[in-house]
Amino acid sequence: MTAIADRGYRHPDRLVSTDWVAAHSGDPDVRIIESNEDTLLYATGHVPGAVHVDWTSDLNDQLRRDYIEREGFEALMSKIGVTPDTTVVFYGDKNNWWACYAFWVFQLFGHTKAHVMDGGRLKWQKEGRAWSTDTPSFPATIYSAPARDDARHRILRDEVIQFQKRGGQFVDVRSPEEYAGTRMHMPEYPNEGAIRGGHIPGAKSVPWARAINPEDGTFKTAAELTALYVDQNGLNGAEDIVAYCRIGERSSHTWFALTYLLGFEKVRNYDGSWTEWGNLVGVPIEK
Amino acid sequence: MSAYPERLQALLDVFAGVTDTHERTQLLIDFARRFKDVPPEVATRPFGDDHLVKHCESEAYAWAVPNDDGTLKLHFAVENPSGVSAKALAAILDKALSGLPAAEIAKVDPEIVEKLFRQNISMGKGMGLMSMVLTVQALAKRHL
Repeated sequence: MTAIADRGYRHPDRLVSTDWVAAHSGDPDVRIIESNEDTLLYATGHVPGAVHVDWTSDLNDQLRRDYIEREGFEALMSKIGVTPDTTVVFYGDKNNWWACYAFWVFQLFGHTKAHVMDGGRLKWQKEGRAWSTDTPSFPATIYSAPARDDARHRILRDEVIQFQKRGGQFVDVRSPEEYAGTRMHMPEYPNEGAIRGGHIPGAKSVPWARAINPEDGTFKTAAELTALYVDQNGLNGAEDIVAYCRIGERSSHTWFALTYLLGFEKVRNYDGSWTEWGNLVGVPIEK
Repeated sequence: MSAYPERLQALLDVFAGVTDTHERTQLLIDFARRFKDVPPEVATRPFGDDHLVKHCESEAYAWAVPNDDGTLKLHFAVENPSGVSAKALAAILDKALSGLPAAEIAKVDPEIVEKLFRQNISMGKGMGLMSMVLTVQALAKRHL
């Protein structure tokens, strides 16, 4: 695979290699953070020195459907020994799907010293690198975070409705079957959280995993990503783009690729996604 | 009286008593470590789609083989080496249900996934795991 610096990304520094992580796993100014879909995985073995951030219990409000507020983020940072000056590096399973989700939540609090380890767990494993089952602990820090800022990287329901009415650009990163509305539920099981199937009118279908090389989980080159998003699907990187999936996790992976690898400056993640849109009364749907 | 078979209810009771997330994780990982791949006398790779657990992202397969006494023995394969949750559930289902009559296995409800894993699974993974229970149910019904 081509070195990260040679792939033509607009912000190549947002990705770090497995070599870089191996060299910095003991660096006190760097915190490696594993975030997975399968929350059992971390305990079976992780990058030495890595801490675990659980997307359900650490990043989500435990009552409302929303993310943690400033106090919750500060407490989390204190728990994992991170200060505003700490460089955080995310990685995880499923080609960094959940790592990008955690990265995105950190951006809502302005922690910009943040990177993603290219290839995630898959690449680390394929390279035969060491796993650790030791859970590291770090001295608690005092982290003063700003209030969560949803405006830059996140878009909420009312604005999404207006954006759709204006003919805004959407990218639907779910599977083609979900996009087409043919997959709403599995046999003998009622549904997966939405009353209606289909997609937001005008949305382009670009399943999230098309941005990665499946053999090692690394991101495709800028030229390949441009071919995918711009040439084949007509996305205009100079204009606003909204990415969505089912609850905003897969689309945070696409948000990362568009924002940092292609340098599109006006990309937002609609975390309400299909579990909100597919349940809203009166909104338009295409199949 | 419990709606679940005795061994399954006992396991669910154990999990119900584990409120600490770390302990629950370790318990599930212990089961995943006990996972045994389907033996070659039951099935060999490549496995047929009729035993595939649909919607399971870890590419899991399940079999229900009759014992001499008419009960069933469950077997599983999990092709994703990182499929820890799938392996844990497979080991739990084997421990709790193997050796029971098909009629009892066919009654097991996928809601046990939530009781075992709690809310700490994504919707997609939860569906895959529930689908594993439904697959076991469907396999058992073939032997009614």
